[in-house]
Amino acid sequence: MAMIEIENLSVTFRAKGHEVRAVEGVSLSVSERESYGLVGESGSGKSTILRAICGMAPVTGGTIRIGGKALPARRDKAFSRHVQMVFQDPYASLHPRHTIDRTLAEPLAIHGIRNTDARVVKALTDVGLPPAFRFRYPHQLSGGQRQRVAIARALMLEPEILLLDEPTSALDASVQAEVLNLLDRLRAERGLTFLMVSHDLAVIDHMCDRILVMQHGRAVEELSREALAGARMQTAYARSLFDASADRLLG
Amino acid sequence: MTALLDVQNLRVTFDTETGPVHAVRGVSFSLGRERLGIVGESGSGKTMTGRSVLRLIRPPGRIEADRMLFDGQDLMAAGEREMRALRGKRIGMVMQDPKYSLNPVMNVGEQLTEGLRRRDRIGRAEARDKAIAALEAVQIRSPERVMTAFPHELSGGMGQRVMIAMMLIPEPDLLIADEPTSALDVTVQAEVLSILDRLVRDRGMGLIFISHDLRLVSRFCDRVLVMFKGKIVEEVAAKNLLQAKHPYTQGLLNCLPRIGGPREPLPSLDRSGDWAKETA
Repeated sequence: MAMIEIENLSVTFRAKGHEVRAVEGVSLSVSERESYGLVGESGSGKSTILRAICGMAPVTGGTIRIGGKALPARRDKAFSRHVQMVFQDPYASLHPRHTIDRTLAEPLAIHGIRNTDARVVKALTDVGLPPAFRFRYPHQLSGGQRQRVAIARALMLEPEILLLDEPTSALDASVQAEVLNLLDRLRAERGLTFLMVSHDLAVIDHMCDRILVMQHGRAVEELSREALAGARMQTAYARSLFDASADRLLG
Repeated sequence: MTALLDVQNLRVTFDTETGPVHAVRGVSFSLGRERLGIVGESGSGKTMTGRSVLRLIRPPGRIEADRMLFDGQDLMAAGEREMRALRGKRIGMVMQDPKYSLNPVMNVGEQLTEGLRRRDRIGRAEARDKAIAALEAVQIRSPERVMTAFPHELSGGMGQRVMIAMMLIPEPDLLIADEPTSALDVTVQAEVLSILDRLVRDRGMGLIFISHDLRLVSRFCDRVLVMFKGKIVEEVAAKNLLQAKHPYTQGLLNCLPRIGGPREPLPSLDRSGDWAKETA
């Protein structure tokens, strides 16, 4: 079954009489428990697709269906139980004056879920942080620990779908490895569906089963993991991204 | 060939309420007119090493070194006035993030010509021509338009190129580039690196390239210093990086995902070896 179906999606921003077409006629479909990657340069519209799913971008055409159902114009509380997002920069995405405990407990309070204490402790343990971290503020954590908290927050409502917007690009290589391993483990344990954005082909290749290469708001080419590893891309742009990828040297 | 930069036993210490924090603990290296990479994780002291060369560390930070010579001049003994004469003019530095390193309320043209007009006393028209030439040198297609733009109107890649252009106008002998490409897309990254590469070859400039990306550094530099907790743990010729002996260097290499690599969990960096304890 397709968990995420996007057909002919267009997003247009309007400012000062200008029109910026961030996404133009992109279609994709992600099956249940699949991990799907979006790659491209900045400005290619990959993050805008994630934001459009969450209702945070002005959709001007096309449809988005989650679990077979069209999304309501305003995303409701039920939506956040199905879909959650992890943002790129853990320094900006956690409230600086809320303790970790408050950050993690807030979605529970909004949705009237009880047993807050036990759930917060379990959420922290699940992402490999000691329970005592509840009482800390974001500035008392390292970048990798913050991103773990951001992942724990996204999982508080037990969603089936995680939208990951460059979840490791702000982290050191060694910390990136730990966070990628954590995401992989959580996906296997909970049967999550991932839609992941990254500019790093090697990261996307490690995490995803299928990949969509984007440029200037349009879909350029869809690749299976095997096609990417075997360098069997059809378009010149996908090949240039592949060739520019830093790990080619050590290939 | 005499070394352009010679650093012996460099130490950077921050005195804090809870005691001294040693950011750099005895780093020695020398640099000719070549590309030297410094690699390490956050907090390994690589940025502090780069900033020390320009003596850009504010109190409570302290810089100590047995020797720090740039082109024969003793940087440790130089006064503020002498350092100011070196900074920018003979030793340039490109910072990591154009968002924070450019002046947000000054347009690009004013920022590029400020040094020329104030320091070199060059007239407005000539300074403008030099600035436009520098923007062209870093492959900016419409330099006239960029000259009138403010930093927030530029993309990350453009901002980074503006900073490189700014550093290149005085034609320094040594350029310290601190993560100059980590905010950029891979294709733009490749362009910026080739610009730097050309400048090293054409102008015979020395380059210190600081980065956390071991693969990138090895592709681009001649020699690589690997830092951990303020010390150099290994020095390797970039082309022999895959034969690196030190467990930390190997750990840094292995924890990166590879296209077509296996699907198992990535090896995490093991910091429990004896080599890690001795620096603790």
